[in-house]
Amino acid sequence: MPSAQSLTKGPQLTPTGVHTAMKTAPLLTVQDLKVYFEVGGNRLFGKEPGVVKAVDGVSFDLRAGETLGLVGESGCGKSTLGRAVLRLLPIHAGRVVWLGQDLAKLDDKSMRGVRRDMQIIFQDPLASLNPRMTVGEIIAEPMLTFQPNLSRAQVRDKVKAMMAKVGLLPNQINRYPHEFSGGQCQRIGIARAMINEPKLIVCDEPVSALDVSIQAQIVNLLMDLQREMGMSLIFISHNLAVVKHISHRVMVLYLGKIMEIADRNSIYYDPLHPYTHALNSAVPLPDPDQERGKSRIVLKGDLPSPLNPPSGCPFRTRCPRATEICAQVMPDLLPAKPGHLVACHHADTPRTN
Amino acid sequence: MSHVLEVTDLRTTFATPEGEVKAVGGVNFSINKGETLGVVGESGSGKSQIFMSIMGLLARNGRAQGSVKFKGEEILGLPVKELNRVRGAKMSMIFQDPMTSLNPYLSVRRQMTEVLMLHKGLSEEKAASQSVELLEKVQIPEAKRRLNMFPHEFSGGMRQRVMIAMALLCGPELLIADEPTTALDVTVQAQILEVLVGLQRDFGMAIALITHDLGVIARMADRVMVMYAGGIVEKGSVRDLFKDPQHPYTQGLLESMPRLDETEATRLMTIGGQPPNLQNLPSGCTFRDRCRYAFERCPVEKPLLTPFADGRSKACHLPSL
Repeated sequence: MPSAQSLTKGPQLTPTGVHTAMKTAPLLTVQDLKVYFEVGGNRLFGKEPGVVKAVDGVSFDLRAGETLGLVGESGCGKSTLGRAVLRLLPIHAGRVVWLGQDLAKLDDKSMRGVRRDMQIIFQDPLASLNPRMTVGEIIAEPMLTFQPNLSRAQVRDKVKAMMAKVGLLPNQINRYPHEFSGGQCQRIGIARAMINEPKLIVCDEPVSALDVSIQAQIVNLLMDLQREMGMSLIFISHNLAVVKHISHRVMVLYLGKIMEIADRNSIYYDPLHPYTHALNSAVPLPDPDQERGKSRIVLKGDLPSPLNPPSGCPFRTRCPRATEICAQVMPDLLPAKPGHLVACHHADTPRTN
Repeated sequence: MSHVLEVTDLRTTFATPEGEVKAVGGVNFSINKGETLGVVGESGSGKSQIFMSIMGLLARNGRAQGSVKFKGEEILGLPVKELNRVRGAKMSMIFQDPMTSLNPYLSVRRQMTEVLMLHKGLSEEKAASQSVELLEKVQIPEAKRRLNMFPHEFSGGMRQRVMIAMALLCGPELLIADEPTTALDVTVQAQILEVLVGLQRDFGMAIALITHDLGVIARMADRVMVMYAGGIVEKGSVRDLFKDPQHPYTQGLLESMPRLDETEATRLMTIGGQPPNLQNLPSGCTFRDRCRYAFERCPVEKPLLTPFADGRSKACHLPSL
């Protein structure tokens, strides 16, 4: 196995040119972000609502042109985090600094101006398209919102150009979503997100509902578009292999907290957190010899209830390394080596410094 | 080697207002005692409908023809009453979504004991104690207490364990698992697969594992069949098929998967286009529109599944890739 160092250096890490992106200031800085939900309360009967800390103190940077992958089990807060960054969900505390502006403090009107640069793609491609609008209307809508002065001909030309770019036939502009397959609907969703040439797209499980052969088409399309247009991506998926393929850096979340964040190869070849180890080993490799020969860490039990998370480190109830301190103190997210942060009392030492 | 299941020229069609849909177009295969047969394919490839036909679970507008022999006995087209001697007892099935396949109104106890009382004529009490044993076998903690709970009180992974336990109550010789881990997180998937491997070791049943996940196949299967547009395009041992895929579709599927152990983010290979419409299948080879090797013969003549090496067969006009 090659060392992590040789893997993290050099051009092989840069499918979309992160080496240039590294030098610039971050596009987005998230500091101690908290998104809480009240659930199950009933004022009439005096029942106190419970609080779900869906995202609990998350901090990270995102650079221009970079893809940050978010992975974790269902309920870990990855989708909530993606939406809170776009302020599609109310932020309980913390800062989301977008090009120097704190989005948490913006009023709705100024927020609307910022939204032109921030878009989202959803998991279910058909459900995220209005069935009563034509493909042309769907793709044009964000542009009409932000550039109302464009002529009809201009709008049509731009929509057709975008359709061609995402691999749709421009002459299908007057068709309706139900006439397209899942993969094509996802292309429509991508075209709608790209039409205003945004700086950031949050991709929330964009390939999870698609078949393997179609999934590869969409992943390639997103990477091609990023290379051409230079936008940043926050790529949310439970599929580690897809996340690792498309991302420059990967963040591992567990019950609303960051467990580990590092470049794509370190997350797989030099993971320091026991949860990352377990996630990696749980993914079945499409190779019978490797798959049957590998050592596996099978975690016991399920994700604990987010309503009543364990004290200290949330992962300790399933962690093979847990000791007393884990029940008492949540470990800080600390750098183990440059660019590689881990939150664990018993983290591994990185193989290279 | 004796077969648990032998399927000959199985054809499944659905009558729809737009015409007949050929979901399964004449497939032949068998499952040996105690082996795991992996069935891979994309949505609409017919992989589930084969087994729905075998279990007599087709939708009302569906019709299955051909022959399905369970341990030598023809079961296709049997009256429900006779089919019920076999299904649920000697041959059982688990599904992708354990929430919709368990009855939300009935306790797990009621749903599990019913199986044993019906098929084996046990008393409720005896059936309950056997149910607890099986819940323990699928590693449900506090099985005794859990038996009296309702499906919604279990997590997704725990519900799938209940389903598996229920399917194994009568000690079946064949377990059909239709995407059993698709709805689960990878960590829970790993647990469930481990449980299945252990149970197969203990009970010795054959498993038909239907999935779109090639990783799960690589982990679990002894032999694999790859489905496309209602037909089998390649069949062989798991090693041969993954190391040296010989049908262009199998090759394409393997290449289009991003791999966790890749070191460079190279461009993924893709299979262009999309699967054909089952109402209107193309002439000749159903894969030819998306095939990078297609030549003159492909639109004219339908390739048949033909043996080309020991234990391997494929439906392709090319002698080798």
